[in-house]
Amino acid sequence: MWQSLFDELKDHGFTVLAVAMDQPEAARPWIEAAAPAYPCLIDGEHHLADLYNLVNVPQAVWIDEQGRIVRPPETAGSTDGFRAMDRKTFAIPDVVIAERNRIKTLYFDAVRDWAQRGTASVHVLDEGRAAAKLKLPQATIAEAHARFRLGLHLLRQGQADEAQAQMAQAIRLHPDSWTMWRQAAAKNERGLAAGPEFWARVDALGARPYYEPADIAGSAEKTLSATSPPTRT
Amino acid sequence: MITLLHEERQTRWPEAAARGDELWLDGQAIEQATGWTWKPEGLCRDDVCVPLPRAPEGEFVRDDRLNLAALWRRSGQPVVHDAASRTWVLGTGAAQRSAALATLQAPDFALPDLDGRLHQLSSYRGKKVFLATWASW
Repeated sequence: MWQSLFDELKDHGFTVLAVAMDQPEAARPWIEAAAPAYPCLIDGEHHLADLYNLVNVPQAVWIDEQGRIVRPPETAGSTDGFRAMDRKTFAIPDVVIAERNRIKTLYFDAVRDWAQRGTASVHVLDEGRAAAKLKLPQATIAEAHARFRLGLHLLRQGQADEAQAQMAQAIRLHPDSWTMWRQAAAKNERGLAAGPEFWARVDALGARPYYEPADIAGSAEKTLSATSPPTRT
Repeated sequence: MITLLHEERQTRWPEAAARGDELWLDGQAIEQATGWTWKPEGLCRDDVCVPLPRAPEGEFVRDDRLNLAALWRRSGQPVVHDAASRTWVLGTGAAQRSAALATLQAPDFALPDLDGRLHQLSSYRGKKVFLATWASW
Protein backbone atom coordinates (compact mmCIF):
# COMPACT_ATOMS: atom_id res chain seq x y z
CA MET A 1 0.00 0.00 0.00
CA TRP A 2 2.86 2.39 0.86
CA GLN A 3 5.64 0.61 -1.05
CA SER A 4 6.40 3.32 -3.60
CA LEU A 5 6.46 5.95 -0.85
CA PHE A 6 8.90 3.80 1.13
CA ASP A 7 11.13 3.11 -1.90
CA GLU A 8 11.27 6.79 -2.72
CA LEU A 9 12.02 8.00 0.80
CA LYS A 10 13.88 5.24 2.62
CA ASP A 11 17.25 6.89 1.96
CA HIS A 12 16.07 10.03 3.75
CA GLY A 13 16.06 8.41 7.21
CA PHE A 14 12.41 7.56 6.77
CA THR A 15 10.46 4.39 7.29
CA VAL A 16 6.90 3.22 7.04
CA LEU A 17 5.67 1.18 9.99
CA ALA A 18 2.42 -0.40 8.88
CA VAL A 19 0.08 -1.81 11.50
CA ALA A 20 -2.84 -4.05 10.59
CA MET A 21 -5.71 -3.55 13.04
CA ASP A 22 -6.70 -7.04 12.18
CA GLN A 23 -6.45 -10.73 12.92
CA PRO A 24 -3.27 -12.35 11.52
CA GLU A 25 -5.12 -14.80 9.28
CA ALA A 26 -7.16 -11.96 7.72
CA ALA A 27 -4.14 -9.70 7.17
CA ARG A 28 -1.79 -12.42 5.90
CA PRO A 29 -2.99 -12.72 2.26
CA TRP A 30 -2.83 -8.94 1.79
CA ILE A 31 0.69 -8.69 3.19
CA GLU A 32 1.93 -11.70 1.24
CA ALA A 33 0.46 -10.36 -2.02
CA ALA A 34 2.00 -6.90 -1.54
CA ALA A 35 5.26 -8.26 -0.05
CA PRO A 36 6.31 -4.82 1.20
CA ALA A 37 9.91 -4.05 2.16
CA TYR A 38 8.82 -2.07 5.24
CA PRO A 39 7.74 -3.73 8.50
CA CYS A 40 4.12 -4.88 8.61
CA LEU A 41 2.94 -5.44 12.15
CA ILE A 42 -0.18 -7.22 13.30
CA ASP A 43 -2.26 -5.69 16.06
CA GLY A 44 -4.94 -8.32 16.66
CA GLU A 45 -5.88 -6.75 20.01
CA HIS A 46 -6.27 -3.21 18.58
CA HIS A 47 -3.72 -2.13 21.13
CA LEU A 48 -2.59 0.81 18.99
CA ALA A 49 -6.12 2.20 18.84
CA ASP A 50 -6.16 2.24 22.65
CA LEU A 51 -2.66 3.77 22.94
CA TYR A 52 -3.15 6.50 20.30
CA ASN A 53 -6.93 6.97 20.51
CA LEU A 54 -7.49 5.85 16.90
CA VAL A 55 -10.96 5.41 15.42
CA ASN A 56 -10.55 4.31 11.80
CA VAL A 57 -8.13 3.07 9.15
CA PRO A 58 -6.10 4.37 7.49
CA GLN A 59 -4.91 6.76 10.16
CA ALA A 60 -1.27 7.78 10.48
CA VAL A 61 1.00 9.41 13.05
CA TRP A 62 4.20 11.19 12.07
CA ILE A 63 6.97 10.48 14.58
CA ASP A 64 10.32 12.25 14.33
CA GLU A 65 13.87 10.97 14.94
CA GLN A 66 13.55 11.66 18.68
CA GLY A 67 10.30 9.72 18.99
CA ARG A 68 8.17 12.85 19.15
CA ILE A 69 4.76 13.17 17.54
CA VAL A 70 4.96 15.92 14.92
CA ARG A 71 1.55 15.14 13.43
CA PRO A 72 -0.96 13.44 15.74
CA PRO A 73 -3.25 10.69 14.41
CA GLU A 74 -5.16 11.78 11.33
CA THR A 75 -6.74 10.31 8.22
CA ALA A 76 -3.93 9.14 5.93
CA GLY A 77 -5.08 10.44 2.56
CA SER A 78 -8.58 8.97 2.41
CA THR A 79 -11.78 10.93 1.81
CA ASP A 80 -15.51 10.48 2.16
CA GLY A 81 -15.78 10.17 -1.64
CA PHE A 82 -17.06 6.58 -1.30
CA ARG A 83 -20.26 7.99 0.19
CA ALA A 84 -21.16 9.30 -3.28
CA MET A 85 -21.02 5.73 -4.62
CA ASP A 86 -24.01 4.32 -6.49
CA ARG A 87 -24.75 1.37 -4.23
CA LYS A 88 -25.93 -0.86 -7.09
CA THR A 89 -23.24 -0.20 -9.71
CA PHE A 90 -20.50 0.91 -7.23
CA ALA A 91 -19.84 3.82 -9.63
CA ILE A 92 -18.41 7.03 -8.18
CA PRO A 93 -18.88 10.32 -10.09
CA ASP A 94 -15.74 11.53 -11.90
CA VAL A 95 -15.71 14.82 -10.03
CA VAL A 96 -15.66 12.97 -6.71
CA ILE A 97 -12.85 10.71 -7.90
CA ALA A 98 -10.86 13.76 -8.99
CA GLU A 99 -11.26 15.34 -5.55
CA ARG A 100 -10.35 12.05 -3.88
CA ASN A 101 -7.16 11.88 -5.95
CA ARG A 102 -6.34 15.51 -5.22
CA ILE A 103 -6.59 14.98 -1.44
CA LYS A 104 -4.58 11.78 -1.59
CA THR A 105 -1.82 13.47 -3.60
CA LEU A 106 -1.80 16.44 -1.24
CA TYR A 107 -1.42 14.16 1.76
CA PHE A 108 1.34 11.96 0.37
CA ASP A 109 3.19 15.00 -1.03
CA ALA A 110 3.14 16.30 2.53
CA VAL A 111 4.66 13.03 3.77
CA ARG A 112 7.39 13.36 1.09
CA ASP A 113 8.07 16.95 2.09
CA TRP A 114 8.48 15.91 5.73
CA ALA A 115 10.72 12.94 4.88
CA GLN A 116 13.00 15.14 2.77
CA ARG A 117 13.03 18.37 4.79
CA GLY A 118 12.41 17.18 8.33
CA THR A 119 11.51 19.92 10.79
CA ALA A 120 11.77 22.53 8.00
CA SER A 121 8.66 21.04 6.43
CA VAL A 122 5.57 23.26 6.76
CA HIS A 123 3.64 20.09 7.58
CA VAL A 124 5.52 19.49 10.81
CA LEU A 125 3.44 20.92 13.63
CA ASP A 126 5.11 22.72 16.50
CA GLU A 127 4.23 21.59 20.03
CA GLY A 128 1.34 23.99 20.43
CA ARG A 129 -0.32 23.05 17.17
CA ALA A 130 0.35 19.34 17.63
CA ALA A 131 -1.16 19.44 21.12
CA ALA A 132 -4.18 21.33 19.84
CA LYS A 133 -4.74 18.75 17.13
CA LEU A 134 -4.45 15.77 19.51
CA LYS A 135 -7.68 14.05 20.42
CA LEU A 136 -7.63 12.76 24.00
CA PRO A 137 -9.79 9.84 25.15
CA GLN A 138 -12.70 10.06 27.58
CA ALA A 139 -13.35 7.50 30.34
CA THR A 140 -16.00 5.83 28.18
CA ILE A 141 -13.40 5.26 25.45
CA ALA A 142 -10.94 3.70 27.92
CA GLU A 143 -13.66 1.31 29.13
CA ALA A 144 -14.65 0.56 25.52
CA HIS A 145 -11.09 -0.56 24.73
CA ALA A 146 -11.02 -2.83 27.81
CA ARG A 147 -14.36 -4.40 26.83
CA PHE A 148 -13.34 -4.77 23.19
CA ARG A 149 -10.15 -6.54 24.21
CA LEU A 150 -12.13 -8.84 26.51
CA GLY A 151 -14.51 -9.55 23.62
CA LEU A 152 -11.67 -10.43 21.23
CA HIS A 153 -10.16 -12.75 23.82
CA LEU A 154 -13.48 -14.50 24.53
CA LEU A 155 -14.04 -14.91 20.79
CA ARG A 156 -10.73 -16.76 20.48
CA GLN A 157 -11.76 -18.91 23.44
CA GLY A 158 -14.91 -19.94 21.58
CA GLN A 159 -17.28 -17.95 23.80
CA ALA A 160 -18.95 -16.22 20.86
CA ASP A 161 -22.12 -14.98 22.55
CA GLU A 162 -20.38 -13.40 25.48
CA ALA A 163 -17.72 -12.01 23.15
CA GLN A 164 -20.33 -10.31 20.97
CA ALA A 165 -22.04 -8.86 24.03
CA GLN A 166 -18.78 -7.32 25.27
CA MET A 167 -17.94 -5.92 21.83
CA ALA A 168 -21.46 -4.52 21.43
CA GLN A 169 -21.07 -2.76 24.76
CA ALA A 170 -17.68 -1.41 23.65
CA ILE A 171 -19.24 -0.02 20.48
CA ARG A 172 -22.04 1.64 22.48
CA LEU A 173 -19.42 3.24 24.73
CA HIS A 174 -17.32 4.41 21.77
CA PRO A 175 -19.69 5.02 18.85
CA ASP A 176 -17.05 7.03 16.90
CA SER A 177 -14.83 3.97 16.51
CA TRP A 178 -15.13 2.39 13.08
CA THR A 179 -12.23 0.06 13.85
CA MET A 180 -14.24 -1.59 16.63
CA TRP A 181 -17.45 -1.67 14.65
CA ARG A 182 -15.95 -3.09 11.47
CA GLN A 183 -13.76 -5.65 13.27
CA ALA A 184 -16.82 -6.93 15.13
CA ALA A 185 -19.26 -6.75 12.20
CA ALA A 186 -20.24 -9.59 9.89
CA LYS A 187 -18.03 -9.65 6.77
CA ASN A 188 -19.07 -10.35 3.17
CA GLU A 189 -17.43 -12.90 0.86
CA ARG A 190 -14.58 -10.45 0.21
CA GLY A 191 -13.95 -10.05 3.95
CA LEU A 192 -15.47 -6.57 4.03
CA ALA A 193 -17.87 -5.22 6.63
CA ALA A 194 -19.72 -3.35 3.87
CA GLY A 195 -23.29 -4.64 4.06
CA PRO A 196 -26.53 -2.71 4.62
CA GLU A 197 -25.67 -2.22 8.31
CA PHE A 198 -22.44 -0.50 7.36
CA TRP A 199 -24.19 1.85 4.96
CA ALA A 200 -26.93 2.57 7.50
CA ARG A 201 -24.26 3.52 10.00
CA VAL A 202 -22.47 5.70 7.44
CA ASP A 203 -25.77 7.39 6.50
CA ALA A 204 -26.45 8.05 10.17
CA LEU A 205 -23.32 10.22 10.23
CA GLY A 206 -25.25 12.84 8.29
CA ALA A 207 -22.98 15.85 7.86
CA ARG A 208 -20.27 14.33 10.07
CA PRO A 209 -17.29 12.77 8.27
CA TYR A 210 -16.39 9.09 8.10
CA TYR A 211 -12.80 10.14 7.41
CA GLU A 212 -12.10 13.39 9.20
CA PRO A 213 -10.04 15.56 6.80
CA ALA A 214 -6.35 15.68 7.75
CA ASP A 215 -6.16 19.44 7.27
CA ILE A 216 -2.94 19.40 5.25
CA ALA A 217 -1.66 22.82 4.24
CA GLY A 218 -2.57 23.33 0.57
CA SER A 219 0.03 23.63 -2.16
CA ALA A 220 -0.87 27.30 -2.79
CA GLU A 221 -0.18 28.08 0.85
CA LYS A 222 3.12 26.24 0.63
CA THR A 223 4.30 28.53 -2.19
CA LEU A 224 3.33 31.59 -0.15
CA SER A 225 5.18 30.39 2.90
CA ALA A 226 8.46 30.47 0.97
CA THR A 227 8.34 34.27 0.91
CA SER A 228 6.29 35.13 3.97
CA PRO A 229 5.61 33.41 7.28
CA PRO A 230 2.60 31.11 7.13
CA THR A 231 -0.40 32.79 8.68
CA ARG A 232 -2.52 29.69 8.92
CA THR A 233 -2.10 25.94 8.76
CA MET B 1 -7.44 -20.46 36.49
CA ILE B 2 -7.60 -16.70 35.97
CA THR B 3 -6.43 -15.05 32.73
CA LEU B 4 -5.33 -11.46 33.11
CA LEU B 5 -4.87 -9.04 30.22
CA HIS B 6 -3.08 -5.73 30.68
CA GLU B 7 -1.48 -3.69 27.90
CA GLU B 8 0.64 -6.15 25.90
CA ARG B 9 0.68 -8.72 28.71
CA GLN B 10 -1.42 -11.86 28.95
CA THR B 11 -0.81 -14.00 32.02
CA ARG B 12 -2.55 -16.94 33.70
CA TRP B 13 -2.88 -17.43 37.45
CA PRO B 14 -3.94 -20.78 38.91
CA GLU B 15 -3.67 -19.43 42.47
CA ALA B 16 -5.62 -16.20 41.99
CA ALA B 17 -9.02 -15.85 43.58
CA ALA B 18 -11.87 -14.03 41.89
CA ARG B 19 -15.39 -13.51 43.18
CA GLY B 20 -17.73 -11.20 41.33
CA ASP B 21 -15.86 -7.89 41.00
CA GLU B 22 -13.05 -8.91 43.36
CA LEU B 23 -9.70 -10.13 42.08
CA TRP B 24 -7.17 -11.19 44.71
CA LEU B 25 -3.54 -11.62 43.72
CA ASP B 26 -0.24 -11.85 45.56
CA GLY B 27 2.64 -9.47 44.96
CA GLN B 28 4.52 -11.69 42.54
CA ALA B 29 1.46 -12.20 40.36
CA ILE B 30 0.68 -8.48 40.36
CA GLU B 31 4.18 -7.66 39.21
CA GLN B 32 4.20 -10.20 36.39
CA ALA B 33 0.69 -9.40 35.27
CA THR B 34 0.94 -5.62 35.32
CA GLY B 35 4.54 -4.49 35.82
CA TRP B 36 3.51 -2.77 39.07
CA THR B 37 5.23 -3.71 42.34
CA TRP B 38 3.29 -4.03 45.59
CA LYS B 39 5.28 -2.24 48.32
CA PRO B 40 4.35 -1.07 51.82
CA GLU B 41 3.75 2.42 50.38
CA GLY B 42 1.42 1.20 47.64
CA LEU B 43 1.58 0.00 44.03
CA CYS B 44 4.74 1.33 42.43
CA ARG B 45 6.28 1.50 38.99
CA ASP B 46 9.39 3.52 38.16
CA ASP B 47 9.17 6.61 40.37
CA VAL B 48 5.40 6.50 40.79
CA CYS B 49 3.57 4.98 43.75
CA VAL B 50 -0.20 4.78 44.05
CA PRO B 51 -0.88 4.59 47.81
CA LEU B 52 -3.34 2.03 49.10
CA PRO B 53 -6.44 3.89 50.29
CA ARG B 54 -7.33 3.99 53.97
CA ALA B 55 -10.02 1.36 54.23
CA PRO B 56 -11.39 -1.13 56.73
CA GLU B 57 -9.21 -4.19 57.31
CA GLY B 58 -9.70 -6.73 54.55
CA GLU B 59 -11.20 -4.41 51.93
CA PHE B 60 -8.06 -4.07 49.82
CA VAL B 61 -5.59 -6.37 51.59
CA ARG B 62 -6.35 -9.81 52.93
CA ASP B 63 -3.64 -12.20 54.10
CA ASP B 64 -0.89 -11.80 51.50
CA ARG B 65 -3.16 -10.71 48.69
CA LEU B 66 -4.38 -7.46 47.23
CA ASN B 67 -7.78 -6.87 45.66
CA LEU B 68 -6.16 -5.54 42.51
CA ALA B 69 -9.48 -4.93 40.75
CA ALA B 70 -10.71 -2.66 43.56
CA LEU B 71 -7.49 -0.67 43.65
CA TRP B 72 -7.45 -0.40 39.85
CA ARG B 73 -11.00 0.98 39.80
CA ARG B 74 -10.17 3.32 42.62
CA SER B 75 -7.46 4.88 40.41
CA GLY B 76 -10.09 5.62 37.76
CA GLN B 77 -9.05 2.84 35.38
CA PRO B 78 -11.38 0.34 33.73
CA VAL B 79 -11.61 -3.22 35.03
CA VAL B 80 -13.82 -5.64 33.12
CA HIS B 81 -14.29 -9.40 33.33
CA ASP B 82 -16.37 -12.16 31.84
CA ALA B 83 -19.51 -13.55 33.51
CA ALA B 84 -17.54 -16.33 35.20
CA SER B 85 -14.87 -13.86 36.50
CA ARG B 86 -12.21 -16.02 34.84
CA THR B 87 -10.90 -13.54 32.26
CA TRP B 88 -10.03 -10.03 33.36
CA VAL B 89 -8.86 -6.94 31.50
CA LEU B 90 -7.14 -4.26 33.52
CA GLY B 91 -7.43 -1.33 31.14
CA THR B 92 -5.51 1.89 31.18
CA GLY B 93 -7.51 4.93 32.24
CA ALA B 94 -8.35 7.89 30.03
CA ALA B 95 -6.40 10.23 32.33
CA GLN B 96 -3.28 8.06 32.08
CA ARG B 97 -3.59 7.77 28.27
CA SER B 98 -4.22 11.47 27.90
CA ALA B 99 -1.26 12.42 30.08
CA ALA B 100 1.01 10.18 27.98
CA LEU B 101 -0.24 11.56 24.67
CA ALA B 102 -0.07 15.16 25.86
CA THR B 103 3.71 14.89 26.31
CA LEU B 104 3.84 14.35 22.51
CA GLN B 105 6.33 11.55 23.11
CA ALA B 106 4.99 8.75 20.91
CA PRO B 107 3.67 5.97 23.19
CA ASP B 108 5.95 2.97 22.77
CA PHE B 109 4.68 -0.48 21.81
CA ALA B 110 5.95 -3.82 20.57
CA LEU B 111 3.92 -5.73 17.98
CA PRO B 112 4.73 -8.87 15.97
CA ASP B 113 5.01 -9.19 12.21
CA LEU B 114 3.54 -12.22 10.41
CA ASP B 115 6.58 -14.30 11.37
CA GLY B 116 6.07 -13.48 15.03
CA ARG B 117 9.11 -11.19 15.20
CA LEU B 118 8.50 -8.30 17.59
CA HIS B 119 9.07 -4.74 16.41
CA GLN B 120 9.37 -2.03 19.02
CA LEU B 121 8.58 1.53 18.00
CA SER B 122 11.44 2.96 20.09
CA SER B 123 13.97 0.81 18.20
CA TYR B 124 13.29 3.03 15.16
CA ARG B 125 14.70 6.11 16.97
CA GLY B 126 16.86 8.11 14.58
CA LYS B 127 14.39 7.65 11.75
CA LYS B 128 11.25 9.47 10.80
CA VAL B 129 8.47 6.95 11.28
CA PHE B 130 5.29 7.08 9.26
CA LEU B 131 3.14 4.96 11.57
CA ALA B 132 0.13 3.97 9.50
CA THR B 133 -2.82 1.70 10.17
CA TRP B 134 -4.84 -0.44 7.78
CA ALA B 135 -7.13 -3.47 7.90
CA SER B 136 -8.55 -6.13 5.58
CA TRP B 137 -12.14 -5.37 6.61
